Amino acid sequence: MRNALERFLMIDKRNAWLAFALLSIILLALPFAIDGLFGRGWVRVLDFALLYIMLALGLNIVVGYAGLLDLGYVAFFAVGAYCYALLGSPQFGIHLPFWIVLPLGALLACFFGVLLGAPTLRLRGDYLAIVTLGFGEIIRIFLNNLNAPINITNGPQGISIIDSIHVGGFSLGRAQEIFGIAFPAVHLHYYLFLIFTLLVIFVSLRLQDSRIGRAWAAIREDEIAASAMGINTRNIKLLAFAMGATFGGLAGGLFAGFQGFISPESFGLTESIMILCMVVLGGMGNIGGVVFGGILLVVIPELTRHLAGTAQQALLGKTVIDPESLRMLMFGLALILIMLWRPAGLWPSSQRRRELTASAPPSV
Amino acid sequence: MTSPAATLLKISGIEKRFGGLSALSNVSLHIQAGEIYGLIGPNGAGKTTLFNILTGLYQADGGKFLFSDIEYAGRSKPHILAKAGIARTFQNIRLFANMSILENVMVGCHHHTHTGIWGAVTRHKNARNEEQQITQRAAELLAYVGITRAHHMLAKNLSYGEQRRLEIARALATNPKLLALDEPAAGMNATETDSLKTLLQTIRSHGVTVLLIEHDVKLVMGLCDRIAVLDYGKKIAEGVPSEVRNNPAVIAAYLGG
Ligand SMILES: Nc1ncnc2c1ncn2[C@@H]1O[C@H](COP(=O)(O)OP(=O)(O)OP(=O)(O)O)[C@@H](O)[C@H]1O
Ligand SMILES: [Mg+2]
Repeated sequence: MRNALERFLMIDKRNAWLAFALLSIILLALPFAIDGLFGRGWVRVLDFALLYIMLALGLNIVVGYAGLLDLGYVAFFAVGAYCYALLGSPQFGIHLPFWIVLPLGALLACFFGVLLGAPTLRLRGDYLAIVTLGFGEIIRIFLNNLNAPINITNGPQGISIIDSIHVGGFSLGRAQEIFGIAFPAVHLHYYLFLIFTLLVIFVSLRLQDSRIGRAWAAIREDEIAASAMGINTRNIKLLAFAMGATFGGLAGGLFAGFQGFISPESFGLTESIMILCMVVLGGMGNIGGVVFGGILLVVIPELTRHLAGTAQQALLGKTVIDPESLRMLMFGLALILIMLWRPAGLWPSSQRRRELTASAPPSV
Repeated sequence: MTSPAATLLKISGIEKRFGGLSALSNVSLHIQAGEIYGLIGPNGAGKTTLFNILTGLYQADGGKFLFSDIEYAGRSKPHILAKAGIARTFQNIRLFANMSILENVMVGCHHHTHTGIWGAVTRHKNARNEEQQITQRAAELLAYVGITRAHHMLAKNLSYGEQRRLEIARALATNPKLLALDEPAAGMNATETDSLKTLLQTIRSHGVTVLLIEHDVKLVMGLCDRIAVLDYGKKIAEGVPSEVRNNPAVIAAYLGG
């Protein structure tokens, strides 16, 4: 991780150790600091931010690395979540342990990624986007309707009382005392999600700077030249889909275990768009940017939620505009302003920034 | 050990139509291992189209070709043909413009290396060795084609002539038997063209057969062992440079075109 950090921040070895130590302390203390400063609700927001960062990093492999526009990415999140929920809840009375269902969900999502990718990856650009959009909706509609004739998903009601994440007798679902310090459930989830997020970051960084990562970049830059250099473009694109889907499934399982309840509503087009926004807004292809985008897009709506209600009260003495609408309005405005101000994202990869300013490649 | 006269590529009756236009009709030619073979002809004669068929970017409407003793119906995927040993450059340069010049060449090593997801993530011994080998090979190839720039420089920041040479390095990284060059001297000045000529001779001396499309008549005549002339999709002449130069059909095609 330290090496990655070194490259990530582009600092020398000695300072990297210092930065590593500092960052570790900040990350470890963060939930307690936020709990103390802003309240427990914000720690929950933090947990969601980590989940969305994982999702955004997964989508970044597909969109940022390989340059394939996927508008149905949330489907893989759903597959992971439902896999966890069905195998760890009273729905079927199955209660498999967390360390089995979580990898299983990721694997299943990976399988779905290949299933979607195999027939569609010959499509380009806009066409691929439309097909993936359709796929996302199909998965959601399936989940919504698989309650009859046999009840599998419990339809729109969703699945509740999902087993909390637990290893042996240690459950993350309730507060635990470790070394005399009390850790509330949201804090425990934070640490677990942090481990997985760091893992996803690590894998992303390693992939980017490898034979596979170069092949993805080559396809994104010029697919024809890439194929003429001996790259089996279909397989390499499929690999990007599969990897992205795996991360999505992983985040889905964690989400189900954390939330304890899931329903198809959580896996709509809006979520796909939101994750895509994190990637684009943060800076496609750059891990730091994507992480930043993930945090921002989880935190901004929460901030605007507070502002929309309380600020109106304070300024005007009464609620003039429905806070929920105002919140979305402010959120949309923030997105537009950011994209106008930094079209390549807040923290773009140097490569992407160059691409956006370059002209289109010529034909054969 | 291949005998010097072994045929590396034998094209038989290749056809290609675009709607009503017959871009290639019944084109046949054979290229010996170790020679530099020129393909010339007026604009729109079908030279690039033939390249695109040989490298799998276009599908042939008829005919076949035999490369390195394997027969292809002109319908194989580009990566299959690249793996078989046909590498190319493009008339309109197609580099990975925003990747470094070293990475561009490293991508050429893709098909004869093996590191997958697992190796990329764990960086186990084999993966590290392989990465080190191709980094070194790419650096050698850059030097080989005469690019002395910093390795992290972006491909698009190279001069035009250097970009053409980078394309050659990238193609050589695939370990080809046949190197197909589509107008490599286009846009080069006289000095650059001269050093290109030397480079192509060196490449040939290292055992790579060269198929060359070129408009620069002086370069083609001075470099090629044999030449074929295309006009309106048909082969109108073939032979050693002196024969082709004096062929009345060729003179007519160029003056008439
Ligand atoms: N993809 C395509 N679709 C339609 N027509 C095409 C296509 N590719 C080539 N052609 C046509 O086929 C003919 C041969 O083109 P080609 O590019 O092979 O010529 P060329 O010999 O390479 O010419 P130049 O010296 O100008 O590069 C031309 O008339 C061209 O317009
Ligand atoms: Mg041409």
